Amino acid sequence: MRAVIAEDSVLLRVGLIKVLEMGGFQVAAEAGDAEGLLAAVAEHRPELALIDVRMPPGFTDEGVRAAMEIRRRWPGTPVVLLSQYVEERYAADLLSANTSGVGYLLKQRVADVADFVAAVRRVADGGTALDPQVVAQLLLRRDSDPFARLTPRERAVLGLMAEGRSNAGIAQALVVSESAVAKHINNIFAKLDLPVVDADHRRVLAVLRFLGASRA
Amino acid sequence: MTIPAGLRRTVLRARRDTGFLAAGVLPHLALVPVWAWAATTTARTGNWLLTVSVSAALVLLGTPVLTAVQRARYRVLIGVDVPRLTPTAPEQWTWASTARWLATTRPWRKIGYHLVLGPLLALLELLVLAVAAACLAGVIAYAWSWALPTGIRQDWFGYLTQLPAYTAAGLLLLCALPWTARTAARAEARLASGLLGPSRAQRLQERVDQLAVSRTDLIEAVDAERRRIERDLHDGTQQRLVSLAVNLGLAMATRPDLPGDAREVIARAHLEAKEAIAELDDLVRGLHPAVLEDRGLDAALSGLAARTPLPVRLRVDLEERVAPNVESVAYFVISEALSNATKRANAMRAEVIVRQVGEVLRVRVTDDGLGGADAAAGTGLAGLAKRVGSLDGAFQVSSPVGGPTTVTAELPCAR
Repeated sequence: MRAVIAEDSVLLRVGLIKVLEMGGFQVAAEAGDAEGLLAAVAEHRPELALIDVRMPPGFTDEGVRAAMEIRRRWPGTPVVLLSQYVEERYAADLLSANTSGVGYLLKQRVADVADFVAAVRRVADGGTALDPQVVAQLLLRRDSDPFARLTPRERAVLGLMAEGRSNAGIAQALVVSESAVAKHINNIFAKLDLPVVDADHRRVLAVLRFLGASRA
Repeated sequence: MTIPAGLRRTVLRARRDTGFLAAGVLPHLALVPVWAWAATTTARTGNWLLTVSVSAALVLLGTPVLTAVQRARYRVLIGVDVPRLTPTAPEQWTWASTARWLATTRPWRKIGYHLVLGPLLALLELLVLAVAAACLAGVIAYAWSWALPTGIRQDWFGYLTQLPAYTAAGLLLLCALPWTARTAARAEARLASGLLGPSRAQRLQERVDQLAVSRTDLIEAVDAERRRIERDLHDGTQQRLVSLAVNLGLAMATRPDLPGDAREVIARAHLEAKEAIAELDDLVRGLHPAVLEDRGLDAALSGLAARTPLPVRLRVDLEERVAPNVESVAYFVISEALSNATKRANAMRAEVIVRQVGEVLRVRVTDDGLGGADAAAGTGLAGLAKRVGSLDGAFQVSSPVGGPTTVTAELPCAR
């Protein structure tokens, strides 16, 4: 799988390349700013773009804007944002259109190489990878509307769903059985009034509803 | 013969002061011909309409010139700067703006100074000069009399009676002269400062305005410095630490064949690097949260609330972003209040409300902790009170023992 990296710190860029290569990616191009990134994506049409949020020249949210531009111009390109701090607003901006093929992680998660590679793979395969810190922020304002009806355990399950975990992953994280997770998820669907269609689609809808409400 | 320094200084100062007084006579009398002409012409012809308008025009024209002459005289001859009115920006002519102009410049004070006070001051100056001349004449009278033929000297003045008395009187006056000239010059300078310059209230107002501007500049400079440090740490040290942690992580992932104790050392280094990153994160965020600058108060507060280890109910009601320094003070008030609630008050939950009411940003943080927080004793709260005070805001802590604790801040945020 081909990947493009945008990160202005050369030191970290070298580390990221090594980590991605370890995860079976082939780094097609590397860029130090948003413009270089867009050019590289246009040229290589990669299967993953790994982007630092804060980049020259403004050192604010160039990466987020570049990621949204990539999603607009080449829909379906999996994008992972890396940031020193995760702030839900960036995630909400990015995820408001589509939750598939999107990741938003803290930079220091890269240090846990195996977990990081797994998260990036999930995104490259069309999944989601949200940092637990983002999810915590997203859960913060859920004290009204349908979310208020969720039990704490159901909220935890929804949070892990938003992080992009599978049922098995959620079961492992919460130390419960997979069938218990499935039961919680069905309760969530019921409480959020999500129609009974195929389960995967409803998962995405639940996460979207969850993210959408964060913007209110 | 050497002249003692003190005496020399007195003589020089007296010369300077009398010179200053002498230079004042003509400009102070400059408007006398105008009103004298007006008075006599009116008396002769009875055409007061003409004389009043002509003399008023002359006075109005002459006032700025005379004021400039007087300013130069004060500055050059005795080194006193008569303060100027700060020029106000030209605005469109309306009754209100004219009234404002009159209220701030008060031209009648200047006119009064030149027209009425000027002649009186000229009289005073002439009086001092006359005294000076008289005392000089008296001092040299005795010596001068020796130049006269003996007969006149004996017949007119007497030898030992009148002339020595003149000389003694002259000497006495001469001793008083420096003081008199100095007092007269000072009195004039004070009058001129009061009448030609801005009033005391205006000067204070200007000073207050200056201080307000310099305080704002100072606060902005401090904020800019915090941002610079944050940026340096974020783009330098933090990146290096992350890179170090990544490399250690890679070492562990790629070399599972390493001996057990080497692996353990790397694992410990890896852990410590990650902890250092977390600590540095907290420090940097405490300096100036980057998201506050990028996305504003609401976004920064949701991040803060999520990191706070207790459940926080957050309500932010803002129509638009407020000034950066208001945002940053509001953020630090909330951040400090939440950390107090967590660390000191053993609170179970907290509530943050941020609301803009007119031109005031109201911030309220309530927790259900132990209470007993004292804004006077706690350095954290006292520091917050100062930061709020720097924006002319109001800061209040209500914390009865047993709780709940409520911290409120009201920050002016007119744009």
